[in-house]
Amino acid sequence: MARRITTTRRITVTAAGWLVGFLIFFPILWMVLTSFKTELDAFSTPPQFLFFHWTTENYAIVQTRSDYVHHAMNSIILALGSTLVCLVVGIPAAWSMAFAPTERTRQTLLWMLSTKMMPAVGVLIPIYLLFRDTGLLDTHVGLIFIEFMANLPIVIWMLYTYFKEIPKDILEAARMDGATIGKELVFVLAPMAVPGIASTVLLNIILAWNEAFWTLNLTTVSAAPLTAFIASYSSPEGLFWAKLSAASTLAIAPILVLGWFSQKQLVRGLTFGAVK
Amino acid sequence: MATRQTHILGRILVAPSIVLLFLWMIVPLGMTIWFSLLRYSLLDPGSESFVGLLNYQYFLTDPAFFTALANTLVLVGAVLAITVVGGVLIALLMDQPIFGRGIVRLMVIAPFFVMPTVSALVWKNLLMHPVSGLFAWVSKLFGLTPVDWFTDYPLLAIILIVSWQWLPFATLILLTALQSFDEEQKEAAQMDGTPPLAFFFLMILPHLARAITVVILIETIFLLSVFAEILVTTGGGPGLATTNIAFLVYAQALLQYDIGGASAGGIVAVVLANIVAIFLVRLVGKNLDA
Repeated sequence: MARRITTTRRITVTAAGWLVGFLIFFPILWMVLTSFKTELDAFSTPPQFLFFHWTTENYAIVQTRSDYVHHAMNSIILALGSTLVCLVVGIPAAWSMAFAPTERTRQTLLWMLSTKMMPAVGVLIPIYLLFRDTGLLDTHVGLIFIEFMANLPIVIWMLYTYFKEIPKDILEAARMDGATIGKELVFVLAPMAVPGIASTVLLNIILAWNEAFWTLNLTTVSAAPLTAFIASYSSPEGLFWAKLSAASTLAIAPILVLGWFSQKQLVRGLTFGAVK
Repeated sequence: MATRQTHILGRILVAPSIVLLFLWMIVPLGMTIWFSLLRYSLLDPGSESFVGLLNYQYFLTDPAFFTALANTLVLVGAVLAITVVGGVLIALLMDQPIFGRGIVRLMVIAPFFVMPTVSALVWKNLLMHPVSGLFAWVSKLFGLTPVDWFTDYPLLAIILIVSWQWLPFATLILLTALQSFDEEQKEAAQMDGTPPLAFFFLMILPHLARAITVVILIETIFLLSVFAEILVTTGGGPGLATTNIAFLVYAQALLQYDIGGASAGGIVAVVLANIVAIFLVRLVGKNLDA
């Protein structure tokens, strides 16, 4: 029996819902609007909401003055690179723990999770010094390695929870039919695992893209991704609000879109499967 | 049944992850512990000497440490309170029959995907600027004096920014948990005429207890090391007003080049995080059995 919902109630909650949604989203909306203003309009009091002189000059200036594309490329390399390494190392581990668990699997998983809980600041100093001495500061390789290690536990956990849901009988059947482990992996497991892997990839890209402790501390120019690029606006260019907004809009747009597609997986990944 | 062969293969497949994570955890941590026992300054290389627990003594008796510890606890506590209470309320609202719920949901979770440096700078300038910021204009509309956030209430300003970033996370997880609430139970309660408040406190809240615990634990882990938001807005100041433990360690190491002292601070941060981690790992472990 469906519950009867009165029209008044529907209108009330709709109004309240949209108001709350609008308020929470407003800073982002305001940033996007500001990015299309002239610097003068960006500062004006009272603020200009829609009826200002719309311009795209900020986007052009951000590129020519500060080489936005260079930093965006760094973010892409970092996000994709670390994700790829995570998958290469994480998929076999998650696969074997999900399909051939031993009495120690549980402990291993929990231990992996616990490595994620070490605060970065506790290992900042040795990592910084090691990177300085080996020439890894401000390099793609160094940063990819750090993001890889930082996200590997989450990747393994997420893959593990997905792989565990794949019915084992199917593998048994394949094995009965004489499939080797290699064939089993490619023809049976892979097609069923792809959705889970895709979600894991999305989450990992989001995490790596937005990570702002290691990227700020270990890069200066050549490997600096967008997080560090935006940080350079803290002073004195932070005074140029329209340009700050344009750079920020460009920096968050791709990940916002990815994020919106992966809400459900996000819950699962970030709670280590504790909430589904 | 798994054969012996698959067991061996299994071990080979897990080994790289275990070895890498083990090295990742043990090597730098070991080095931090070792550095924390040395007098070691980057300004004076080659003069390292073993000083025992002296760094800890300095770090733990430094008034800056207590300020930073207090700031850390206030920041974590306030953000948790705001995001959990706000998250429950917004999740309850989002669970209602809203027209265009999908779009509202997108708007609500959006801040979570904004990188920390962007949210910090947008809030600091576009919204919280004492003259041209939007908040200043709004307070003038109501005939109030605009607040100079980063001068008068710097820690509160940081709390608001970080809360805005984490509110979507709490909402999303609590909403997911809320949606698994038994629809029939809800109907039964309505037929019985259970008052909404009683229904909330006696039925909904206990149902959400686990999700709330998860939100608190995970947020605490991340909130203990808030860094970028502080670096780009206040640089820990004015004075030490917005310096948390993470920022204090960073400042001591990379601004004052005191590796020994900073390492001792790092170890203190690790101990703090571990206290929380123990509870989280237990909770997740319990869930693994179920």
